[in-house]
Amino acid sequence: MEEVFITESAEETIELGEKLSKGELGIEIAKGSVIALNGELGGGKTHFTKGIALGLGYTGYVKSPSFTILHEYTGGTLPLYHIDLYRIESGVEELGLEEYIEGEGVTVIEWAERATELFDDKTVMINFEYIDEDKRRIIIKK
Amino acid sequence: MLTLGIESSCDDTSCAVLKDKDEVLSCVVSSQDDIHSLYGGIVPELASRRHIEMVVPVVEEALKRAGVGITDIGAIAATRGPGLVGSILIGLNFAKAVAYAHKLPLIGVNHLEAHAQAAFLKDKDGAGATTPEFPFIALIVSGGHTSLLYVTDHTSYELLGQSRDDAAGEAFDKVAKLLGLGYPGGVAIDRLSKGVDPGLVEFKRPIISKGNLEFSFSGIKTAVLTYLKKNNIEKEDLSEDVIAPIASGFQEAAVDVLVKKCVWAMEAKYTDNLVISGGVACNSRLREKLSLLSEKEGFKFFAPPPRYCSDNAAMIAFLGGQMLSAGDESGLDLNATPDFLS
Repeated sequence: MEEVFITESAEETIELGEKLSKGELGIEIAKGSVIALNGELGGGKTHFTKGIALGLGYTGYVKSPSFTILHEYTGGTLPLYHIDLYRIESGVEELGLEEYIEGEGVTVIEWAERATELFDDKTVMINFEYIDEDKRRIIIKK
Repeated sequence: MLTLGIESSCDDTSCAVLKDKDEVLSCVVSSQDDIHSLYGGIVPELASRRHIEMVVPVVEEALKRAGVGITDIGAIAATRGPGLVGSILIGLNFAKAVAYAHKLPLIGVNHLEAHAQAAFLKDKDGAGATTPEFPFIALIVSGGHTSLLYVTDHTSYELLGQSRDDAAGEAFDKVAKLLGLGYPGGVAIDRLSKGVDPGLVEFKRPIISKGNLEFSFSGIKTAVLTYLKKNNIEKEDLSEDVIAPIASGFQEAAVDVLVKKCVWAMEAKYTDNLVISGGVACNSRLREKLSLLSEKEGFKFFAPPPRYCSDNAAMIAFLGGQMLSAGDESGLDLNATPDFLS
């Protein structure tokens, strides 16, 4: 299944992420779900993750983990592990990410193409394309 | 009394010895930039392994430079967060072991709160010749944080605002990557922008709304990307002539936002004292603009020397000493707190 969405603003990208994690896009998001985000810098991946967190009932800050690689958000209906492989050019296998993916929550991975070995056919694959300053094409595959 | 401080929240292992709470006898920082530059950034597992290797030699070196032994130390302070949990735990557990073995009081310190106190550090090279008066506004700005604090004494503050998305230092690093510059990107952008007219390429200042004290730096990175795309600038076109005006324009936009929000924070809290700290507080354009503005507007501006702005253990030892005086000692069950507000 593949669905294409066009969002016209960062807010719309957040809303789409929220719909996904609430199950409103026909994909069940539950304990152990892995959502792989790909697409260039500025594509909307962190905004989309904000929406996923909102959909899980987490209302705190969701900030880019590019610097720290991993943020963990608790307090919603499920823990959310927010991973960003932006800086990781090699050595992904040394990070121990399996512990999160096989853990108690939902895992979102930005720049997921750098860790393809972590995914299987249950992974929700999402691609972000830059159309212009505000518009993004978001392709969700399951 | 001598206080030993240990800092390991991110990629630097640091140890410092302070005398009488604020006099830095030694401060040793072992940077991991050489390892992480291979990866284009911090790698948590590598960071904690390197901390394990570095913590003992760094502590020994700090004691040696201070001319003291571990038995001369009266208290030990260590970072308990925020940061990478695996890294924090190395310094924190080392500190606990030393505290237990030598029966010393242990103080777990919040890294960001310690940054806000960096302007009080004094050393023989002239740091801390003048120190701020309370209350003051502190801008803590680095690769992991962009926060404005209203600081009322050494151990009390109010968080006025922080970044909603990317930290300022992260925006510098990401823009540096877009421009084909290496890690750490902030230093490269600062250097490249020197003497380059920041008005050649202008970027919109992400202020959110007038008076708002939160930050948003993710849009400015997208703006640089949009600029590159609109002008069909490809990777192979990234010569210094092409990227210097972009770097300078971006830096000016980011610095303008930081400056503006510092001023708004001072206005909101009716104070005319400002302290900046954190890795991005080393940025020469930020220092220059705040310094000029402080003369023009008549506020007092304190920027600790770069050695105490970037991550260091002297600020940890300082705040630890203040906390101990206030009766805020930690037990050996102290745990790492990776999030800022916990």
